[in-house]
Parts: sequence; C-alpha cells; structure tokens
Amino acid sequence: MYNSHNHFAEPAADPGQAASSAVARRDFLRYSGAGLAIGGLWLAGCSKDSDNVDPTPGLIDVGSGDPGILNYAYALEQLEAAFYTQVVSSFYTGATAAEQAILKDLRDHEVIHREFFKAALGSGAIKALTPDFSNIDFTQRTTTSGKMGVLNAAKAFEDLGVAAYNGAGRFITSNDNLVLAGKIVSVEARHAAAIRELLGTNTFVADDVVDINPTTGTGQERSKRPQAVLAIANTFLANGSKLSATSFV
Amino acid sequence: MDLFQIIDDIAKVDPEVYDRFDSRRAAFRNFLGFGKKVTAAALPLALPALFNKAYGQTTGGSGLPQIVRDTLNLALQLEYLEKYFYQTALASSILPAGSEQRGAIEIILNDENLHIKTLTSVLKSDAIPDPGRSGFDYTGSQTNRRAKLFPSLGDATTPNTGNFTNLAEFLMVAQQFVDTGVRAYKGGAPNLNTPTTKDILEAALNIHSVEARHSSRIRSLVRGGIASTSLPKSWIAPAETPATPPLPNNGVAGAPAAVGPYNAGAPATGTAPASYFPAESNASQGNPAVNVQTLVPTGGSATAGAEAFDEPLDAATVKAIAKNFAANPTALFN
Repeated sequence: MYNSHNHFAEPAADPGQAASSAVARRDFLRYSGAGLAIGGLWLAGCSKDSDNVDPTPGLIDVGSGDPGILNYAYALEQLEAAFYTQVVSSFYTGATAAEQAILKDLRDHEVIHREFFKAALGSGAIKALTPDFSNIDFTQRTTTSGKMGVLNAAKAFEDLGVAAYNGAGRFITSNDNLVLAGKIVSVEARHAAAIRELLGTNTFVADDVVDINPTTGTGQERSKRPQAVLAIANTFLANGSKLSATSFV
Repeated sequence: MDLFQIIDDIAKVDPEVYDRFDSRRAAFRNFLGFGKKVTAAALPLALPALFNKAYGQTTGGSGLPQIVRDTLNLALQLEYLEKYFYQTALASSILPAGSEQRGAIEIILNDENLHIKTLTSVLKSDAIPDPGRSGFDYTGSQTNRRAKLFPSLGDATTPNTGNFTNLAEFLMVAQQFVDTGVRAYKGGAPNLNTPTTKDILEAALNIHSVEARHSSRIRSLVRGGIASTSLPKSWIAPAETPATPPLPNNGVAGAPAAVGPYNAGAPATGTAPASYFPAESNASQGNPAVNVQTLVPTGGSATAGAEAFDEPLDAATVKAIAKNFAANPTALFN
C-alpha cells in the first residue's frame, strides 16, 4: 500500500536549519511573554515579529500573514512550473499521447498559477527561485537508475502541493485568500490523482496520501504544515533559493 | 491585549460575565497562572475555550456555532447522497467484479464512509440522521413526483430503492456529484475559518482535496481510462459549463432559476471581499482581477485559464442541485 516510488518519504533535514529554527522559536516564546503568566495577561502581537528579520541565514523566508502564505504558494508553484516546463520541452522516451496531453495541461496550469501569484503579490513577491532538478532524470518515465523518473517526480510534486495547500489553510486570515487557495488546491488534487493513475491503477487515494484505513481512518488527505513541506521542497531548490516559513508553525 | 480589559468591556453589555467565569473558578484560575501554567503562546488557543465554556451551548451537542453546524451538516448530507449512490451501483450489475471501475468505486465508497464518520464525530448529536438509501431517488423523480431525469438510476415503481442499469449514466451523474461536492466544500470553507474552528477547517480542506481526487478518477473512467485522450479531462474544461444541462432549482430560496454542477451560483458576480460564485468557465481571478488565460505560456492551450482554477459554490445553490435527488424534497437539503 505504501508507495515504493516515494522518494520524498524521508527527506534529509538540514541539521543546521533544524537547530536554528528551534532557537528562533524559543526566542519568540520568550519575547512574547511565555512563562510570565501572571494576573495581567498579555498577548504580544506576534504577526509582525519576523517580518524584517531573516532568522535562518541562507534561507529565503516567505514572510508572515496572508502575504507569507501567498509567497509560500508562489514558491511551490515556481517549482512545479519549472519542472513541467522542462518536461514538456523534451518528453521522456515513450511518452504516450495521453501522457503528453496531461503533462502539457499541467505545465499550462502551473505556469498560470505561478504567474497569478507573482501578479497578486506585486512588489511583495519573493524572488524567482532557481530549482535543482539534478535528482530527476528527464529522459525516463519512471525511476531507473537512482534518479527519479518524470512521473515519479510529478507525483511527488503534486502530492506535496496538495498537502501544502491543505496544511496552510489554517494560517490564512482573509476568506478571499482561503477561497483562492481552495480554487487551486482542488486542481492540484486532480493532477495528483491523474499522475498517480498513470503509475498504477486505482492509486488515486492510496494510503500514503489519504488516511483510508477502513476501520481507523478519517478519509482525510494527509496534509503537511509548512515546515514539513519546505524540508522536502528545499531538496529541489538550489542554494540561495531554499526557503523557510518561520511564522507558520 | 489585556484579558481583564476585554472582560470589562464584555461586562458593559453583559453584567453577568464575571459570574459566568466564576462558576468555572477552577478553570479560570489556571488562566491566571496559579495552576498549570498556560503560556502566552498557548493563549490564542486557550482563550476561545474559556469563552466557549462561559457562553457555550449546553445542549449536549457539538457546541459549535450555528453556521459551522449548518455547513458541516450540508457536507454530511452530500456525503450520504454519494454513499448510497455508490453503494447502489456496487450492488447492481453495472460494475463487474474485478473491473477497474468497480475497484475505483469501492475505494471512493470507503472514503465517503470515512468522511461521514469524521463529520459525525465533529457534529455529535447535532448531526442529521442517516437518511438511508430510501432517502434518495437518483432518478431525480423525487419518488415519482415528476418525470425522471436519469431513468436508469432506479427502477420504475420504487425509484428510491431500485438498482442501477446503465454504467455510462451512473458515471456521468457520479462526476456531477463529486464536482458539486468539491465546489460545496470550497464554498463552505470560509464559514469554518474562525479562530476556534481551525482544526475543523483543516479537516474540511483535507476532505475537499480527496473529493477532487475522486473527481479526477471518475472523469478518467468516463473517458475510458487514464490512457484515453477522449473527453472529459481530469480537470473541468470551460466547455462543460454550457454543455451540462441545468437542473431544476426546486424552489430553493437564493438559488439561481436553473442550477448545475458547473453553472454559476448566487451571487454569480461581485467584487472582493464579498463572496461570489461564477461558473466553472470563469477565467477572472483575484482582486484586482486578472484574466488568467493571458498568463498561459507560449504554445499553451486556450482552455487552461479556466481549468487551472476550480470555483466554489454557495450553500443555497448546492442544496438546489442536491434536492433533485432527495426522495422527499422537503426532507433533505433544507
């Protein structure tokens, strides 16, 4: 049931990054008054704390508040769009007509998503990211010699995108932005199911992405919070383009 | 934010506010740091709980705000609509043992059962009762109150219990059910986006995407399998909006005169931040609005803009669509 193609299952977390995140969080708790719970209770305004500070040097922080979530989405869409653009520029060996049609549509959708977020964010957008697809063999349909095949990578990107949007929803304040994310995530889920189906019959909601155990399950997508998503996404981004999302924990 | 100032402000409109807290003196003391300490970081989570205890509904139900209960109960009714639909199909002879179609529908039915379990566990005694198979008439005749819309999905005399006889019609209606479901969850999400219901919001989002996965799969079955280049696509193409015949609106207040899984809801247009519900052919997104078709890359398709975004649907329009399949239109989707 668990997918043997899933190269993302155990991302190698950067130890330095994990440590500095923990420190940043501890500082945040201290400054916001943790442990000072006395009669007069104070809630430090926390939304602005990390706006202008990069607490994890070397990483691009997506920021805070709704713009932070939109930048987070923008970053993931950049990754997907770059991937499919390269896929479509020269299809892998033996790509069928149906596969080419699906991958072209996905390229179009992801480029549109990327450009839409870029326009919506305006001057608040993070920079154009440089991907690192050195672990993907664009000439192969599926995994052959250690590297991910195109459909393996596509599945990973789509499932990650769905998990990311779902896990970020709770951090969104504006309902307009919540609906906007909803308009996109269901399309990503359609993609994910289609790519999965190309890899294996009736794997569209397998247990690695949806909690489907008939007795103990919830029928829910296994969504991921931003930290978990970026640990995976960063393995596909070049140095200088890796991301953090310190406001969303 | 000074908690006491807030309570003082509340006291101006509710002089009994201190009594409300006082009856839970022990719980309140925790918030003041005498008992188990509550960190400031945890306060945004703990504070709503305190007020819920002071002001919460005491009926023994979910204790959730009415709009949350209504939203989840509409979702629950849609899940029942789908559950008995798939269950009936699996009991009929249209899905041969061992077929790809049967396998897919079995998986989807399992998910819908789990969604029902999840929703009822949140709603507790506020959950609507299970309508059962006989609560639905998938022919659309509303138990012979009118002509059948989908004659093969139930028999002539007992349409609310009869078996299905046509695979293509079953898959076509299944596609419309799941796409309506995706739109309903999307449209309902803002109702769940309150500081005290973020976990419920997350659960609903996690069901929403699963419904979209179902739609993708059913669409590939409709076109003859994932390897087929026929239509429909796994995503909603703009041409489906005019091509899908509208359904009666069943007199549901606030719904358009004709409703459909891909048609506009009410209101169909507007300006952010108001919610509005365009048809699935919509390609205008965001505020200020962007024609997303103009963002398609060189060599891209002319339909990608509308495909790249699914649209939400309002509760009234969802009810109007679903009511077509109620065995008794006054009993469900109100």
